[in-house]
Amino acid sequence: MEAIIEYISINQQELYIFILAIFVGVEVISKVPTVLHTPLMSGSNALSGVVIVGSIIVLGKTDPANYLALSLGFLAVLLATLNVVGGFAVTNRMLEMFKKKPGKK
Amino acid sequence: MILQIIDICYLVAVVLFIVGIKMMSHPDSARKGNSIALSGMILAILASFLTPGLDNLALILIAMVLGTIGGIYSAKTVQMTAMPQLVSFFNGMGGAAAALIGLVEYGDLPVDDIGKGAVLMSSLVIGSVSFSGSLIAMGKLQGVLKDIRINKMLGFAVLAIAVALAAYILTSGEPQPILIYVLVVLSLIYGLMFVYPIGGADMPVVISLLNSLTGVTAATTGLLYDNKVMLMGGILVGSAGILLTLLMAKAMNRSVSNILFTSFGAGSGTAAAGADGDQVAKEINAYDSSILLAYAKRVVIVPGYGLAVAQAQHAVHDLEKILEEKGVEVLYGIHPVAGRMPGHMNVLLAESDVPYDKLIEMDDMNEKLPNTDVVMVIGANDVVNPAANDDPSSPIYGMPILEVNKAANVIVIKRSMSSGYAGIQNALFFDPKTRMLFGDAKKVLNELVAEVKNM
Repeated sequence: MEAIIEYISINQQELYIFILAIFVGVEVISKVPTVLHTPLMSGSNALSGVVIVGSIIVLGKTDPANYLALSLGFLAVLLATLNVVGGFAVTNRMLEMFKKKPGKK
Repeated sequence: MILQIIDICYLVAVVLFIVGIKMMSHPDSARKGNSIALSGMILAILASFLTPGLDNLALILIAMVLGTIGGIYSAKTVQMTAMPQLVSFFNGMGGAAAALIGLVEYGDLPVDDIGKGAVLMSSLVIGSVSFSGSLIAMGKLQGVLKDIRINKMLGFAVLAIAVALAAYILTSGEPQPILIYVLVVLSLIYGLMFVYPIGGADMPVVISLLNSLTGVTAATTGLLYDNKVMLMGGILVGSAGILLTLLMAKAMNRSVSNILFTSFGAGSGTAAAGADGDQVAKEINAYDSSILLAYAKRVVIVPGYGLAVAQAQHAVHDLEKILEEKGVEVLYGIHPVAGRMPGHMNVLLAESDVPYDKLIEMDDMNEKLPNTDVVMVIGANDVVNPAANDDPSSPIYGMPILEVNKAANVIVIKRSMSSGYAGIQNALFFDPKTRMLFGDAKKVLNELVAEVKNM
């Protein structure tokens, strides 16, 4: 318990970011019309692929002789890339259908 | 110096994420918003390569190339109807990545750092739950997995054991290289038990929730590394997912806890029995339907998942155009949860260039329905089931529906008399105003187009 309280006081900055980010997220997103819900879900899914940053760091810092950690890290980078690239590509494909709309009879 | 540059890049990336999501809230700027969010992501990835002491660069690049190829290939080739599954799949991959990071990082973490340890355990558990849950959701949407009932208490028991195990690993004061894998397996099992019993009709809500969970794991991973871009990005996604989850649950007039902790199919047996018995649905053929449609003043089309399955979005647009040429006003009634994801029908119809202003949302449409001559329900079922209004014993009782039975005539295009995704009977099909037009949506619509043309 003490350790957790200590952790909280050391990481106050992070916790402030944590809490403020929740409000930013709700504010920004609450104005999305229903039409865009699916693309938004897909787009925010692509953003959750930001774990790729962590995967790159973890694989980059792994001891090249530790094969288990190496393969886990490799898999982490691969899956996170899949999430990011696939996420943005599929979102873009959904949104392509919304262009060229205005002006057409 | 290099560390400051990384921090600045991360800061800019976060701003790009927020601006990107903001722009995605408007149809006109949505694509640009997606590109802006993507550029933020590219910046964050480039910055992470600047991290001092980064090794194994070749491996990192190989993994990224493979991931990129796989991601682009699946995104480009996926069928419109399978997009929700693919989103669910990608979401699971993100969760898995977070869990894997936790696993690797556990080996390096000092055992007495309980604060960081707790953060790591939560990434591990939530990431694994999100991974197995997303794959199950994908399987259910694909129709590969059938609904089965799993005792909720059993699921909670697994979760409780996992939490207790995590607490033990944290406080044991020594590394637990085997127990940590047991924890992962338990979390995977919980994710499976968590999603499996939830009915298909509620899947959009679940995917949205799982999406939010993946965001949370990205954020906890960010806490682990004191990395603000992961923290901010993850939380943004987390709150987006939660908000979307609540919006969807609200549209179905169900509480989120109700969806997650009671099986949808439970108790529907009695509701179905009454309608099954002696009632007979009346059939209609394409020719008679086309006459009904062509001489109407206003036709309302209510699309559902069946339209997506049959890939009939172009056929329905053709029918709309030819009816408009005959002076019929054609509108689309869009139920917020028609299809398998929020906005599914909008995206589908946009693909075939149906103008925005023809897509009318539920509340506005319900005002227009009493003045509508013909409603054509295409592959939708639960969202037009009057039991939601007048049968308290129905599992969907209280869900807002499109009140199509207020219109003068109803044509239901359906492949068979089978029940909808919620697994319950629909009294609308036996309403005296209703005619059933059986067949594949695309084929039937093409027939209707041909009949109207010949008139």
